[in-house]
Amino acid sequence: MDRSTLELADELRRLLGPKRVLDSRSDLAVYECDAFVLEKNCPSVAVLPESTAEVAAIVRLCNERGVAFVPRGAGTSLSGGGMPVGGGVMIVLTRMREVLEVNLRDRYAVVEPGVVNVNLNKRLAGTGFHYAPDPSSQGACTIGGNAATNAGGPHTLKYGVTVNHVLGVELVTAEGEVVQLGGPIDGSPGPDLVGTIVGGEGTLGIVTKVWVRLTRNPQGVRTMLGIFESVDDATQAISAIIGAGIIPAALEMMDQGILVAVEEAFHFGFPLDAEAILLIEVDGLEVGLDAQRDRIAEICRAHQAREVRFAADAKERLQLWKCRKQAFGAIGRLSPSYCTQDGVVPRSKLPHILQRIRAIGKKHDIRIVNVFHAGDGNIHPILLFDERHAEQVKRVLAASDEILTECLACGGSVTGEHGIGLEKLSFMNRMFSNDDLDVMGRLRDALNPGGLLSPGKLLPTAGACGMEQIHPGRHAPV
Amino acid sequence: MPESLDNVKAANPGPVLDYELLLDCVHCGLCTSACPTYAETGDENESPRGRIYLMRGVTDGKLGLTDRVRSHLELCLDCRACETACPSGVQYGKLIEPFRIAMDQADASRPRGDWFRRYILFGLLPYPKRLRWALTPARIAQRTGALAVARALRLTRLLPSPLRRMVEMLPSPRRNEGALPEFLPAIGKRRATVALFTGCVGDAMFRHVNWATARVLQHNGCDVHVPPTQACCGAIHFHAGANEPAWQLADTNLAAFDPQRFDAILNNIAGCGSMLKEYGHHWHDSQQPARAAWAAKVRDVNEFLDQLGPERPCGEIRAVATYHDPCHLLHAQKIHDAPRRLLALVPGLELRDLPETELCCGAAGTYNLMQPDMSSRLSRRKIENIRHTQARVVITANAGCALQIAREAREQGERLAVVHPMEILDWSYRGITPRWQSIS
Ligand SMILES: Cc1cc2nc3c(=O)[nH]c(=O)nc-3n(C[C@H](O)[C@H](O)[C@H](O)COP(=O)(O)OP(=O)(O)OC[C@H]3O[C@@H](n4cnc5c(N)ncnc54)[C@H](O)[C@@H]3O)c2cc1C
Ligand code: SF4
Ligand code: SF4
Repeated sequence: MDRSTLELADELRRLLGPKRVLDSRSDLAVYECDAFVLEKNCPSVAVLPESTAEVAAIVRLCNERGVAFVPRGAGTSLSGGGMPVGGGVMIVLTRMREVLEVNLRDRYAVVEPGVVNVNLNKRLAGTGFHYAPDPSSQGACTIGGNAATNAGGPHTLKYGVTVNHVLGVELVTAEGEVVQLGGPIDGSPGPDLVGTIVGGEGTLGIVTKVWVRLTRNPQGVRTMLGIFESVDDATQAISAIIGAGIIPAALEMMDQGILVAVEEAFHFGFPLDAEAILLIEVDGLEVGLDAQRDRIAEICRAHQAREVRFAADAKERLQLWKCRKQAFGAIGRLSPSYCTQDGVVPRSKLPHILQRIRAIGKKHDIRIVNVFHAGDGNIHPILLFDERHAEQVKRVLAASDEILTECLACGGSVTGEHGIGLEKLSFMNRMFSNDDLDVMGRLRDALNPGGLLSPGKLLPTAGACGMEQIHPGRHAPV
Repeated sequence: MPESLDNVKAANPGPVLDYELLLDCVHCGLCTSACPTYAETGDENESPRGRIYLMRGVTDGKLGLTDRVRSHLELCLDCRACETACPSGVQYGKLIEPFRIAMDQADASRPRGDWFRRYILFGLLPYPKRLRWALTPARIAQRTGALAVARALRLTRLLPSPLRRMVEMLPSPRRNEGALPEFLPAIGKRRATVALFTGCVGDAMFRHVNWATARVLQHNGCDVHVPPTQACCGAIHFHAGANEPAWQLADTNLAAFDPQRFDAILNNIAGCGSMLKEYGHHWHDSQQPARAAWAAKVRDVNEFLDQLGPERPCGEIRAVATYHDPCHLLHAQKIHDAPRRLLALVPGLELRDLPETELCCGAAGTYNLMQPDMSSRLSRRKIENIRHTQARVVITANAGCALQIAREAREQGERLAVVHPMEILDWSYRGITPRWQSIS
């Protein structure tokens, strides 16, 4: 560790005391990557502030010393958003984890950024309200991280993504000022600054408080499974359901590959020979729910569904969702490493893109399984590999690239919800024109003038367009 | 301060690990929030993903086994909440346990055998008779009220801290029940023949629970055998890194219970139960298949009764209660519904959900003696959650949890009764109204 880092750590210790400043080699190694493991870099120091004032003081100190800094929540990002490019100070927000206020009459809650998504909902149990965005990682990821990545989830098909549920944020700016944007009431006049910060992937400020909208629990829910012999039939059924004017609360697809892993983990009794299943949920007023459910079942059958099953009770429903939400994680049972891709295509292109994915997997000899938010065309092909084989890693990167390029060719996007982070930087200039990027760059420069906050993320750095490819083979741990 | 690799002398414990088990972890992070130490500190070094990463770093020779690394691994409760949370089926217990044992053995320079380990951990705890004797002066003090006075005056603070914690954990005196006989016959039609494992701490401090368990089993048509030559399960030794004594105790138990004779080998202490169930995994010698066959007969009493189909209890127990999941039942043995289903049969008993019930209470075997600081933080959190339910009765199926929760309640002046599910069933079967003086 060099001299200036030692001095910086000492000053941070003066601010926070000895325990909440981490600077030993091993402590920092744990913070060198998040759930995206293809690229790693240790921060120089990691700190665990407990208040907005502490965050602001840390940021000011970094500015004085010209050191880069990056916020981190639970580190479940799949795009390397939390990785400290070029070192610097990692500001870990997991000790700021109080639910500060629950206001049912005005339907909002105020939370600190480190509150785990599911813990907010546990707090709300019994009130008749919930916080709607439900990323599959909700058992671990934080509301601050969700706001930064504009997280989505199965139920965003009907209820909208994080930005639709954040009413306001308290922000420590890149220069260490504390500002509040928005607040308990919806829609302040002027440009939508809250909407700008949400999805900023930590490059526009550090969120230290969030006002979130509370959603009334639906009166009733019906959850069902459609089991299909072919992926094509399943995707056609999706289009038909939405085409029939039904907006399910969630519409998820799992293919055979992922079913095998999930079945091994949770023993739900999924048929292992089916090519695809759809997990469909409708909710709302009790009246009419059964009719909707039956209509969906009918559409599924009309598209050659082998079987349609209804979740018998709340417990069965929870179990189904557990299978779906932990599906990524269950991949560990199929392969030592995986890389989850995140792309979007217009819904009508789903059959096409899935066929292409299959072909691309074959071409590069990489096993690819699929589990995704079918309702909004947000695909998550999962590429299985062994990180210890540099050559496989190369093939994975090539296959990923081809899949995402195909998404763009279909008129889609290279990320639905996991963000650009570090991973997808090279796609930005394929997805956006130089003018678009220029406007985004100017917005970032206005809010992050010194460029010290989360450098090397989201936007290609000036002059370095075309981004170097992530280095394969650097995946060996530590 | 950063440590460099060269000031680390200890041998690398990594090679004892099955490397494939490390690779099961895909670094998704879904386990972090389930981890009690991470929930307290927010430091990923004190999360399952972080600990696995540290173990892997050391194994790969990329990180040294520094004091810093050790402290994060030692702070782990081995509660295995991460196993429940992990969708990839990472077998965390099979990583941390051998790693810690090797870590202890590799480093002879560290002050191990201190007096506490030598006399209390290895000299007393595994031997119920010695333990009952050793506790006698404290029990006399307790019975005469001297201990209450000492507690009130905080005189117990003068004792060395591990001993103080033991005294503080002493349950209030119960009727001094005699040892269980070797055989208790089924009442009514015989439905099963079982053996009861009574445990060391269990037999010394919770003999009333063993009696209750035996009576409940008799009531459910079980012939209950209590083999007199049985020994401590060995969990305390195993988890404290003393592999050899644990191995010997296991083989003593193997000889004491003949699995052929019994439909099941039952226990009522979650911590012992999970150790007994793991006998087949820990040691690899010619006895291994015999140990595995033996372990396959082991059941927690809640699990067993739930499967057997319990007789319906009739006596009313009027109380608002909550059930605390012992880690070694919920996470290690994956038993969640059975005790709840049994308790739901008891007329009058209102069972309320305990928030964060899946979070360890801080007892974790001898953790409360070795890591008193984190242990207290977790037990305070537990009491806070119990308070939230407004229950006055806490039901839990593990001796360690019961002692820990009772001690913390006492410390906070919270009047709580802490009892075992078998006590509730026993009272209900016998139509006895409990006086709830219980252990706190
Ligand atoms: C198994 C699995 C399933 C997933 N499923 C989904 C899904 O269904 N939908 C989805 O959208 N995502 C999903 N993700 C991705 C990830 O969980 C989300 O991006 C989540 O929002 C990240 O939250 P976090 O707390 O882990 O943030 P981190 O990973 O720690 O950080 C993510 C980004 O946010 C920034 N950041 C964190 N906190 C703050 C803050 N307080 N202020 C400013 N910036 C901040 C970081 O710098 C980083 O750029 C999944 C991930 C995994 C591993
Ligand atoms: S232990 Fe399991 S849940 Fe935790 S990071 Fe590893 S794979 Fe994910
Ligand atoms: S065993 Fe318990 S304390 Fe240890 S890492 Fe797992 S959850 Fe955390």
